[in-house]
Amino acid sequence: MAITESDVRHVALLARLALSDEQVSTLTAELGAVLGHIDELQRLDLEGVQPTAHPLAMTNNTRADVVVPGLTREMALKNAPASDGRAFLIPAITGAGEES
Amino acid sequence: MLDLSALSAREVRDGIAAGEFSAREAAESAYARIEALDGDVHAFLQLTPELAFAAAERVDAARAAGEDPPPLAGVPVGIKDNMNLIGTRTTCGSRILGNYKSVYDCTAVRRLLDAGALPIGKCNMDEFAFGSSTENSAYGPTRNPWDLERVPGGSSGGSAASVAAGMVTLSLGSDTGGSIRQPGALTGTVGLKPTYGRVSRYGVVAFGSSLDQIGPFGTSVADVALALDAIAGADTMDATSSPEPVERYSAAVGLGVQGLRVGIVRDMPGVPDTDGCLNEIAHVVDRAAETFAALGAEVGDVTLPSARHGLAAYYIIGPAEASSNLARFDGIRYGVRAEDPTDVLDLYMRSRAEGFGPETIRRIMLGTYALSAGYYDAYYGQAQKARTRIIEDFRAAFEHYDVLLTPTTPEVAFRFGEKAADPYMMYLNDVYTIPVNLAGNCAVSVPAGLCSSTGMPMGLQLIGDYFAESTLLRAAAAYEQAVHFDPVPPLVRSLVGAKGGE
Repeated sequence: MAITESDVRHVALLARLALSDEQVSTLTAELGAVLGHIDELQRLDLEGVQPTAHPLAMTNNTRADVVVPGLTREMALKNAPASDGRAFLIPAITGAGEES
Repeated sequence: MLDLSALSAREVRDGIAAGEFSAREAAESAYARIEALDGDVHAFLQLTPELAFAAAERVDAARAAGEDPPPLAGVPVGIKDNMNLIGTRTTCGSRILGNYKSVYDCTAVRRLLDAGALPIGKCNMDEFAFGSSTENSAYGPTRNPWDLERVPGGSSGGSAASVAAGMVTLSLGSDTGGSIRQPGALTGTVGLKPTYGRVSRYGVVAFGSSLDQIGPFGTSVADVALALDAIAGADTMDATSSPEPVERYSAAVGLGVQGLRVGIVRDMPGVPDTDGCLNEIAHVVDRAAETFAALGAEVGDVTLPSARHGLAAYYIIGPAEASSNLARFDGIRYGVRAEDPTDVLDLYMRSRAEGFGPETIRRIMLGTYALSAGYYDAYYGQAQKARTRIIEDFRAAFEHYDVLLTPTTPEVAFRFGEKAADPYMMYLNDVYTIPVNLAGNCAVSVPAGLCSSTGMPMGLQLIGDYFAESTLLRAAAAYEQAVHFDPVPPLVRSLVGAKGGE
């Protein structure tokens, strides 16, 4: 499957990465080359093989429902680029309404 | 000043117990070696003398009070910079976490320090552990103490180089596709990847959650066994850590291999030979087989027919899991934030693009593509099925053998920039280590000699069954003792030589 610049731009939006035109062009070539190598997987006959999501056969691992100390608010906010001491601050996501 | 850098972890601990030197002197010795060599090697991103000397003081005070020192008392350790430790920054080798201060401790790090170890500093790494050379750190590469023009391997290159150069006795790395064993082989150190779940992953910044495992580097099998004694075991903070009972791994070292069944993996994929070491590396395995036979092990051949698809499966599964794990770096709760965002989407998109380096962006893009609508079955689903086949191969092999042998890497340490042009050539470096992560088994790389054409270290990989670390380390220690190869990089030899007569 050949990957195009338009695919790369679409994936960059999904991945939340603002790529430059130059990056899109480089990545189109690089991802194309890597995918070319790993396309061998598509030729394998794996019909009926169960997929593995986890290497060990583990069942649900539960613990007693007991409250224990976790991160305090101060610790959680310590590395925030912007906060008011109570919450993370971000650009407004509500406002006068979308322009029509 | 005392130079304690040639001592094993056990010798440091016993020397403190016997009152021959103090933990403070052990820390001073480590910093003196770092001062002499780290300008060239750049194994550390951050030194933590306040934490190290405070830890040393606790060890020395306990000893003065008549207490028997714990197993790693006064042992200088390096910690890969993707593991949290309060009082340090945890940058993951990335600009996006440049100012991130740990607010909690990584369980494995905490356990190592609880055993008396001294946290000397945080080690350089490929950004977010993406790489096989430690060239992808936002803070500059680490250099191989064997040849400063060559890479130390990656992604735990700083952790490996810090041990190889004698700056610390032990270090912790993380291994998702070979990131402990590969730099171990390339720097002439012992690198252990425990069974998936043997060591808690709490507090290590996640890369591939079904593949990652923390493990130790040391200059001997006995040292990594001591480190595993300290860090292994279930943790309520990591639901994927295993409740399987912990053994005393250091007790297995020295038991010999009489009656152990050793299988040589005969169908490893071929790779291009760029420096003439390929044949010598293949010969390492044959010689190891002869060594094991001479020591009383049963030796035979084994095949892992699906392992050759490991690299392809890994480069779908690893990036897919990484793209999901790295979604948390959005410029909101931690990490760098782009200037003057117009809205939240712009904030996300520019913060991430500006904060992540090229290899990280490449892996996120690859993973997001493989998981995106229309490609999921063709790539991710198919890779998960190939993974099942690889697991079945290992299961079948361990029905007949206790330990499997392969080279650790297809080549010795390469020169800076040599593989930068083609990401896939770089990825090939982990071709022998990756299948083990997909299956979740334990494996260790042990120094096996120097390649005659380059003078660079080669590694033997020993692979063990699930939670069979005792057997694995027993075999590794027997091999280590039989080959009697004590690798000291020229950089260290020249330093010791220059100080001769002191």
